[in-house]
Amino acid sequence: MKVLKGAYSGLIFLFLYAPIVVLIAFSFNGAKSRGAWGGFSFRWYESLAQNADILHALRNTLIVALLSAVVATIIGTAAALGMHHMRRGLANFMLNVTYLPVLNPDIVTGISLLILYVFIGINLGFSSLLLAHITFNIPYVILSVSPRLKGMNRHIFEAALDLGAGPVRAFFKVIVPEILPGIVNGFLLAVTLSIDDFVISFFTAGPGVSTLSITVYSMARKGIKPEINALSSIMFVVVLLLLLTVNIRAGRDIRRRAQTHVRSHSPRALSSREH
Amino acid sequence: MSELIRLVNCVMAFDDVTVLNSINLTIKDKEFLTLLGPSGCGKTTTLRIIGGFEVPTSGDVFFDNVRINDVPPYRRRVNTVFQRYALFPHLNVFENVAFGLRVAKVPKADIERRVRESLDLVGLRGYDKRASHQLSGGQQQRVAIARAIVNHPQVLLLDEPLGALDLKLRKEMQIELKRIQQQVGITFVYVTHDQEEALTMSDTVVVMNDGVIQQIGTPVDIYNEPKNAFVADFIGESNIVPGVMHRDCEVSFAGRVFRCVDTGFAPDEPVDVVIRPEDVRLSPPEEGQLDGEVLSVTFKGVHYEMMVRARDFTWMIHSTASEPVGARVGLSVRPFDIHIMHRAEKTEAAS
Repeated sequence: MKVLKGAYSGLIFLFLYAPIVVLIAFSFNGAKSRGAWGGFSFRWYESLAQNADILHALRNTLIVALLSAVVATIIGTAAALGMHHMRRGLANFMLNVTYLPVLNPDIVTGISLLILYVFIGINLGFSSLLLAHITFNIPYVILSVSPRLKGMNRHIFEAALDLGAGPVRAFFKVIVPEILPGIVNGFLLAVTLSIDDFVISFFTAGPGVSTLSITVYSMARKGIKPEINALSSIMFVVVLLLLLTVNIRAGRDIRRRAQTHVRSHSPRALSSREH
Repeated sequence: MSELIRLVNCVMAFDDVTVLNSINLTIKDKEFLTLLGPSGCGKTTTLRIIGGFEVPTSGDVFFDNVRINDVPPYRRRVNTVFQRYALFPHLNVFENVAFGLRVAKVPKADIERRVRESLDLVGLRGYDKRASHQLSGGQQQRVAIARAIVNHPQVLLLDEPLGALDLKLRKEMQIELKRIQQQVGITFVYVTHDQEEALTMSDTVVVMNDGVIQQIGTPVDIYNEPKNAFVADFIGESNIVPGVMHRDCEVSFAGRVFRCVDTGFAPDEPVDVVIRPEDVRLSPPEEGQLDGEVLSVTFKGVHYEMMVRARDFTWMIHSTASEPVGARVGLSVRPFDIHIMHRAEKTEAAS
């Protein structure tokens, strides 16, 4: 039984990761052929570093990822704060509304943004790409900041006011440190999703502006070159590392709060039993 | 003792619900005043008005004879110990206590000294480096108190600070709080729904119900001379019997006439008669003013609690001696243990 269980999960992982393993392995292939192994080599990574198109696309990707993540983090955090102070019914409604774009297929988001840009007369280019990324990143920031706000003792802001801090100061000294893990996670998630995105970028970037994923796509249309393997491997590793960071941080956060929760609540449980 | 805080005709309404109905209250300097009442009676709202977290819908709040309705919490010489403590989770014990001093830009050396003094005062010497989630409920409670008094406020507001602690710890902290109040020599305004807590610690008790102050007095006054049936029932346990006041010092209830010490009622006014369970004396049936049958006996530690049916009323009696269930007993009450109360309007409306 144990062997069967192991074999089953082994098979699942094989199916999930075999393509990526093959991709990464062939990115180190010395030969140009896609089928035969020609010895270990960094030559495709080297030629990648000399490809001006790719370097340009890399620059675009990083700038869009960082800029859109920063803007989305600010807007998303502000939105989460606003929703936190709404009446419960309204807050739930708003949360569901923010969920919608998350569930919306990328292709629908991409096309609808494209139509909107054409409709209001925004020229496609770098700024339309940036706006699109900010748009789809905001919900993820809201969704990672909101739980932090919910778990917060609602009196700590008042406690800071009580101790002489003005509202702005109380916000930055007490609320921000409390929700910072959520803000950082939202930011990292936004960076990841922005690097990751192809479909929405494809519709909103316009001619002349391309991101890494768009470049990979247009190179692949002319035939898969080994450089693409190298580029895809790098993107995979970067996104993987970012996601790992997000998950480890989130896990740590849950553990820490579970601990606080148990400690501050157990005396109450005790006293209610005594009555 | 001079007057420090005065609430004048304070009304508080949220949407259409009136939480406070014309509160008038004077708090004297250096006194331990407790706002006591069941949940939803308006005691926490009253505290939050003093703290500056709520602005009364109408009425005025004075501090040292200055109107402070519009003064925000961060400009009041008042500090609060919140329900469930509200410690800052990202700061350790020292930084939690130092928060107010840092905001006030107190010199570093003074901060160090004052924080240590406060931690000593609440018995937490050597805990400065602990994270707040490493502390027990009782310790978090002490940090919250230290964090407030380190700022030398003129008034400390405490919102059910012992509510989350277990019974034994709560008793210890009651004594501790009283000691701290006397040592620091400032005014404490304390909110609780626990009548025993209120009687143990306070100089003045304010009993509230339905947004209205029912009675203000010393713990002894409140216990011995409750002003109405609500106070009598809420503070300790009471037998409340309907009766008629025939004339001064003469009241009839439970089917006979009793002598009492109350005066100033209208002739034949319907009243509530309040008698504490420990003031009803047991005797052989023929020697009592009333006679009845024991329905139940419960051992309560220091005393027995007996329910005795006499005529159509069941009396609760506390006594160190017990009678078996089913026994016939006599009941008697001394005149000064009979407390006569005007019928509350609410009871009339309800009946």
